Amino acid sequence: MKQTKNDIIVSLKDIFVEFDGEVILNHINLDIRDKEFVTILGPSGCGKTTTLRIIGGFLEPKTGEVYFDGEKINGLPPHKRNVNTVFQKYSLFPHLNVFDNIAFGMRIKKVPKDEIKKRVKEMLAIVDLKGYEKRSVSKLSGGQQQRVAIARALVCDPKVLLLDEPLGALDLKLRKIMQSELKQIQQKTNTTFIYVTHDQEEALTMSDTVVVMNNGIIEQIGSPTDVYNEPVNAFVADFIGEANILNGVMIDDCRVRVLEEELECVDKGFGQNTPVDVVIRPEDIEVVKPEEAKLVGEVVDVVFKGVHYEMTVMCKGCEWIIHSTECSPVGTTIGMKVIPFNIQIMNKMFLDEKNTFYADVISSDKTENSITVRVEDSEFEIEGHYYEEGTKLAISIPPSGLSIAGDGVGHLDDVYIESVIFKGEHNEIILESDSQKWLMQSDVDEQVATYVPVKFDFAKAEFRVMEGENEA
Amino acid sequence: MKKLGKIYTALIMFFMYMPIIVLIIFSFNDGKTTVWKGFTLNWYRDLFKDEQIIGALWNTLAIAIIASVIATVIGTMAAIGINNFKGKKRLLIQNASNIEILSPDIVTGVSLMLMFTIAGVAFHFQMGFWTVLLAHITFCTPYVVLSVLPRIRHMDYSLYEAALDLGCNQWQAFRKVVIHELMPGIFTGFLMSFTYSLDDFVITYFTRGATFQTLSVQIYTMTHQRISPKINALSALMFVAVIILMLIINIKDRREEKEQEQKVRI
Repeated sequence: MKQTKNDIIVSLKDIFVEFDGEVILNHINLDIRDKEFVTILGPSGCGKTTTLRIIGGFLEPKTGEVYFDGEKINGLPPHKRNVNTVFQKYSLFPHLNVFDNIAFGMRIKKVPKDEIKKRVKEMLAIVDLKGYEKRSVSKLSGGQQQRVAIARALVCDPKVLLLDEPLGALDLKLRKIMQSELKQIQQKTNTTFIYVTHDQEEALTMSDTVVVMNNGIIEQIGSPTDVYNEPVNAFVADFIGEANILNGVMIDDCRVRVLEEELECVDKGFGQNTPVDVVIRPEDIEVVKPEEAKLVGEVVDVVFKGVHYEMTVMCKGCEWIIHSTECSPVGTTIGMKVIPFNIQIMNKMFLDEKNTFYADVISSDKTENSITVRVEDSEFEIEGHYYEEGTKLAISIPPSGLSIAGDGVGHLDDVYIESVIFKGEHNEIILESDSQKWLMQSDVDEQVATYVPVKFDFAKAEFRVMEGENEA
Repeated sequence: MKKLGKIYTALIMFFMYMPIIVLIIFSFNDGKTTVWKGFTLNWYRDLFKDEQIIGALWNTLAIAIIASVIATVIGTMAAIGINNFKGKKRLLIQNASNIEILSPDIVTGVSLMLMFTIAGVAFHFQMGFWTVLLAHITFCTPYVVLSVLPRIRHMDYSLYEAALDLGCNQWQAFRKVVIHELMPGIFTGFLMSFTYSLDDFVITYFTRGATFQTLSVQIYTMTHQRISPKINALSALMFVAVIILMLIINIKDRREEKEQEQKVRI
């Protein structure tokens, strides 16, 4: 597809949205090309629905511009935009039958009666609901309601159709059918579809372009194959498809060290001895004899998945997932071989692993050898350390020194879990408090986009007194 | 145990409705005392010949219909407004509206009388039809708010957005979609207003001025003079009218519940 300026139908420039001090969209930029099927993909709370509502006109961004077909449309109410929406809960009008629901938009626009009849009929044919005109919408099944909702929006002949997780309420089988039908409808009507979902499979199946979002920013924009094969960071790799994500060190161009083994790869330009994330897709690992591979492990679990076997392999304390059509039984030792092209190297999402934060000593007790400090809005006691009252401290704690307080009493409350990525041995969790981000190691699967109390293990902490650099 | 429960319920019902049943029976009594002297419809005939009573009936109906219609409009608008408020403000306004329901009629009546008297002196008018109407609108509106507000809260907001999305401006979206969703609540509010307005004695008594009569006030004045069985006949008719209204409300609610159940099943 050509990327000329005229191709762009919707353009978001530097969009910023916040509710009650919480940032929902953090200065995002997005261009959507005409007649494409674009999917906005991300976990719940990432800002994808908000993005859709901004295009639909139901929400005004705090700052930033929205362009439609080259014209700025900030402040334009929904009914004046050439955009229609299929809502999450379909939102069919219960007091109207199928025909009247679909005709609703045209009647508002005073389209002549004969034409309304003709267009509703055509639309019902497209969504495969011929002869359903007189039915009451509350008597339809979920899939049929869905199709009426699509017909109702499409019959208005919008340039862009917005779909907000429209298949979320359907069961798996129906969802698969509707996925391919949606794609067909999009091609038949030659309309731009902007589709919001948290289901990565849905995104890969239907889209021309996938926009991966997380925490109010766009992580990656690309074709389904691009985002799958060339994810920009560990979050995208983890969110789209299954992946083995490991900590590695880039020794030099094309040489990466993973689990103390040096492997050949094709990536360049990371510098020397740079910590990186290494991503290997489960289907890219070839099972060979132990003596033929550098990485050797023991199969600990095998699950038959229909097309392939999913094997869990323990290799140097790390869990690997392998997809293979041949089964290696539990207990066998195997070699794992990956061709250099299939080893993806990406920059770490989080560079500072020291978790340095600043604390004010607000009172101290020499006999007890303890201090009370203030960090952000919390105050707590640290035992085994003594500093004078008024001292400003820089405290560093490694990721293993952070934990989520199971009893609900933490040093910092309401810390936001931004992402959870399994790195073979542990989960690597990125947390966000009022003033900074934190990296935590955990063996527990935590729920993303929730708020938790966080505890520090001060036995692992390093203390440093800040002198003269207080206000820096 | 189950039997005991039934007997208990029967007794409660008996004591609750006995006086009214007695009243209805004696409205057909061919005599002026509480001794049964045979069946007659004379009191009903007399009732409809009594111009004062018929005049009062028309007044009552006129007040009830006009007041409940106006209260329904104001109450619905108020409910939508209240729903748009957030947090403490909403609670405050909602409770301010409920206080009117909770406060004793006599307080409402006396305070309205006081206000109308003062205003009457200032603007040279006498209490009568219009003051009673205003008073009825005042006490009916909160009932409409009370029945419409939950409907708004449970309405799927995206229905409104869907209407906007399909080309409606805000007013069209309200008229073509939102009002249909709120209709059951609006209708219940209207019926409640109508019933309470028909039923009211205390507030009307204080705001009616010297000459304006409604049925309840008429009955009250009649008991002052001499006890006529016409009162029995009139009370019986009013009771039947209220029963019919209540039945309509209940049947309607029941039907809605069934519809809801069906939707849930789907």
